[in-house]
Amino acid sequence: MIKFVLMVNRQGQTRLSRYYQPVELSRRAALEADVVRCCLTRKKDQCSFVEYKDFKLVYRQYAALYIVVGVTDTENELSIYELVHNFVEVLDKYFSRVLCFVSQQSELDIMFNLDRVHIILDEMIQNGHIVETNKSRILAPLTALDKMADG
Amino acid sequence: MALKIVKGSIDRMFDKNLQDLVRGIRNHKEDEAKYISTCIDEIKQELKQDNIAVKANAVCKLTYLQMLGYDVSWAAFNIVEVMSSSKFTYKRIGYLAASQCFHESTDVIMLTTNQIRKDLSSPNQYDTGVALTGLSCFVTPDLARDLANDIMTLVSHGDCVKRKRCSVLIMYKVFLKYPESLRPAFPRLKEKLEDPDPGVQSAAVNVICELARRNPKNYLSLAPLFFKLMTSSTNNWVLIKIIKLFGALTPLEPRLGKKLIEPLTNLIHSTSAMSLLYECVNTVIAGQYCSSVGSVVLCVQKLRILIEDSDQNLKYLGLLAMSKILKTHPKSVQSHKDLILQCLDDKDESIRLRALDLLYGMVSKKNLMEIVKKLMLHVDKAEGTTYRDELLTKIIDICSQSNYQYITNFEWSVSQPVTPHPPGISVSWWTIRVFAVAQMATLLDNAHLLTGSMQRNGICEVLYAAAWICGEFSEHLENPLQTLEAMLRPKVATLPGHIQAVYVQNAAKLFATVLKSQEGNTDSTTAQETSQLMIDRLPLFVQSANLEVQERASCILQLVKYIQKLQQKDVEVAEEVIALFAGELNPVAPKAQKKVPVPEGLDLDAWINEPPSESESEDEQPKAIFAKEEPKHSRPRHTEVDEKELARRREARKQEQANNPFYIKASPSSQKVYQDAPGVEHIPVVQIDLSVPLKVPGLPMSDQYVKLEEERRQKERAEKKKKEKKKRKEKRSGRGKKHDSGPESEEDITPAHMVDIVTEEMPENALPSDDDDKDPNDPHKILSLHFFGPFQVVVSVIFENKCDSFLKSMEFNVLDSLNSKLQRPEGSGPHDGLTVPFQLPPGVSNEARFVFTVQSIVMPQKLKGTLTFIVKDSSTHEKLDFKLHFTCTSYLITTPCYSDAFAKLLESGDLKGSSVRLEGVNMPFHHLLARICFHHHFSVVERIDSCASMYSRSIQGHHVCLLVKTSGQTVSIDAKCDEPTLLGNVLDEIKQTFSQC
Repeated sequence: MIKFVLMVNRQGQTRLSRYYQPVELSRRAALEADVVRCCLTRKKDQCSFVEYKDFKLVYRQYAALYIVVGVTDTENELSIYELVHNFVEVLDKYFSRVLCFVSQQSELDIMFNLDRVHIILDEMIQNGHIVETNKSRILAPLTALDKMADG
Repeated sequence: MALKIVKGSIDRMFDKNLQDLVRGIRNHKEDEAKYISTCIDEIKQELKQDNIAVKANAVCKLTYLQMLGYDVSWAAFNIVEVMSSSKFTYKRIGYLAASQCFHESTDVIMLTTNQIRKDLSSPNQYDTGVALTGLSCFVTPDLARDLANDIMTLVSHGDCVKRKRCSVLIMYKVFLKYPESLRPAFPRLKEKLEDPDPGVQSAAVNVICELARRNPKNYLSLAPLFFKLMTSSTNNWVLIKIIKLFGALTPLEPRLGKKLIEPLTNLIHSTSAMSLLYECVNTVIAGQYCSSVGSVVLCVQKLRILIEDSDQNLKYLGLLAMSKILKTHPKSVQSHKDLILQCLDDKDESIRLRALDLLYGMVSKKNLMEIVKKLMLHVDKAEGTTYRDELLTKIIDICSQSNYQYITNFEWSVSQPVTPHPPGISVSWWTIRVFAVAQMATLLDNAHLLTGSMQRNGICEVLYAAAWICGEFSEHLENPLQTLEAMLRPKVATLPGHIQAVYVQNAAKLFATVLKSQEGNTDSTTAQETSQLMIDRLPLFVQSANLEVQERASCILQLVKYIQKLQQKDVEVAEEVIALFAGELNPVAPKAQKKVPVPEGLDLDAWINEPPSESESEDEQPKAIFAKEEPKHSRPRHTEVDEKELARRREARKQEQANNPFYIKASPSSQKVYQDAPGVEHIPVVQIDLSVPLKVPGLPMSDQYVKLEEERRQKERAEKKKKEKKKRKEKRSGRGKKHDSGPESEEDITPAHMVDIVTEEMPENALPSDDDDKDPNDPHKILSLHFFGPFQVVVSVIFENKCDSFLKSMEFNVLDSLNSKLQRPEGSGPHDGLTVPFQLPPGVSNEARFVFTVQSIVMPQKLKGTLTFIVKDSSTHEKLDFKLHFTCTSYLITTPCYSDAFAKLLESGDLKGSSVRLEGVNMPFHHLLARICFHHHFSVVERIDSCASMYSRSIQGHHVCLLVKTSGQTVSIDAKCDEPTLLGNVLDEIKQTFSQC
């Protein structure tokens, strides 16, 4: 099961966080800082899985952004690793009208459209489970929503 | 009115939206906190307005601030307002905020019930969607109860695929919060497994996988359905889930394993997705599939490819999976040693650490030296202290594994600078003492070269050992005087205190030896010079800040001064000085302490004094006791006491130890006595006559006998079955015409001492230590002498002849498993039976003991066995099948634990958690606790109302902690243990106990 999804920039600032298991607000900041430190200090030639306390972290770096996923011990690391990439591809597809994902702009894109990123994430992961991986099906509700706003 | 709306929208133009907020925060890097607090004030103003658009915008900004770590719970009510907006664009902002900010204790949640119900039944699929998503984040037991029906309606009647999918998923959360809903909902959930839409299907698979992980038994019936899905599905994510589910099911139904092995190997061969391959391999390793050697070989091959890959992730996972295989099939992994050694050179530290873990398990007698040599090379070039520390620890672990069982060349081992516990080795392996002493003397001589760098990384501990060895076995030294000088160098004062103390003490021993050799000479001046040397050098230590050093040094200084006086009067003193340190230290079996019979009438469980609450709690740490003990041992030696007095004191000490409940219980560390405490020469157990039977039938006084109650009962059950069968068999053969001996329940309950498990029993050939200098040159003898490998379990079986014929030539045989093996006499094959050493006349019962070796205690074992016998009158061979059940519980030892030690244990973070729920337990809480204590060997640490913490320890030292809570008829047990498998099994057994009542 997925415990949380974090997006952080290279300075360690949280850009998106989603918890699938309740964590007290007061403990979130400490947890995020610790998790991020774990991942940011790793070099490029190190593997993307970290054993952290009683669960595992799977992270991936895209330009200035890191995506960190906390999963329970029983979860398949590689499938989560691939899921992260899938997620990024969806974001890329949606925001492509602005710029390609792998750039500085992408960080702003995500902050400015936090609610939309959440919709995408919710389409893909529910209750800590992977539910949808097809890009066009993931984006369908969002496109409908954009049409509604435009109209 | 119209004017108001216009005014509102004009206001809005000046409001910040989310993007402005984000930009603003970026532009106020210096005073971010101040900027945000003004923003929050603005948001508070915005929330006061009637305009829902303004409110939604404010809530949207709050969601962002919440993510940054600001508390926004004060706006909970406003979030609910936005949630109930009729416009979807606002509604979704409200739900998003709620899903991020609400938690179970948010009190406004109860206001949302009706709103959520309305949204769930909304014709707009998007409304339903956000409601479901939000609900999954903040569902409470109340919400789950109230909305379970609405969700169920969506599951079965939802026309939209997406809604169906979401609602299937949320069922899982509902089940968690409101378990009563599971039973009625389950048939519908099952239906969804065959839903035409793959999305709904995968959602159902996900939910069932999660449910099955908690309680696999209930889902066995679904196996055929999942099997069909597995062979038909093409979605890798779903396949992974299904394979995981099978992984949980197969331990319950071994036949599944046979059926699955083919599709799994097919997948391993065919798939291009690494994640799927990894999952398959993992399941094959973990499951019961391992019976087929072919599949293991295939897995190892595939893992080798992963490890050889340049992708670090694959390499890491390959090593991780490899270490799992290692546990079950060490041989197949060992052939890849080269690859694993290569990984030690990897750039990535986590990969190196994984490889190290693997090496630990791969060590054998043959390759130990090679592996350690390689590791030592790595120690030299290792960067970063953590990795180097880890390396050193691993080397020590590898060498000391199972009491040095893999070390064949002890001379080599002693010459390694980081050898673990040389005192332990050199006591046990006395043949190499001479060599060890010579090595250690050289080491001491060169200590000044090492101390600088050694002190930093803690290798100076080896000097502690070296000094002790040289002192204790000083008669083997070539040049004791030189070593004595080396030990009294001023530089020694820079070493840590505990090492200095050993130096001082052992310098005295050396001094005695030197005196003896010198007094033989005609020239008495050399002896006097030696005394002078001591008198010159010792004052340095007398000034030491370390009390231990100071005390020892001043004692010895006074002693030497006295000796010097005698020397000046030409009195021969050497003999007397030597007598101070007389007595050879011999190896002691790790469990020898346990073998001390408990004196009659001594109740070990009774408190001698009422336990003081806090101050004594550390006493249960065995180490602390020995540390306290130490001065007691060393002090008498400084004063000159006659033999009688010594003997008396020794007796008194023995008495005291026997009366000290902690001392007896500290048995696992009796080994430590000779490893850690150099002064303890007269460990009382040395004098024990080992030919005395280890257990005393009919004297089940110590708790170690009582602790096996449950095990015994189970054995008995097996026995009863056996006897019953025997009866039947007899009847069928036409012999047992006599009346049945009554229903099963009439059978006597066998007394508690009938079945004992003696862990690490003394091997047959472990002689009393006085005899162990026989045949010193036979290396095999030495090896077998102190081999305490896998531990042994003694099972007493009572045979009762219930028929009226004479039974003879009974043969007891058990089908060995990998884990548990019946010990057979040397020379017999692995399938030979053991002859029962008696015959049974009609109506007579007798007891026979059988020894089993058990490798791992984390899994319960059921061994199948047969008993063959001959009925004398007819001379026919008869056969009787039975099963022996070794529960995990039976390996637990009731160990008291104080609450602060317990808390420390839980805080340490080394323990893995698990939990179990028992429904419908209808008994008072104290009965429940008593039952767990009695049947599962736990002790209560602390009890507060309907909540209690409990503790137990396995014979291998695993800590098992329970937190038992009860409310109504539901009992929840949260448990933690350093060995998750063991914990799982113990919990299962606890569950079983309560399902039987």
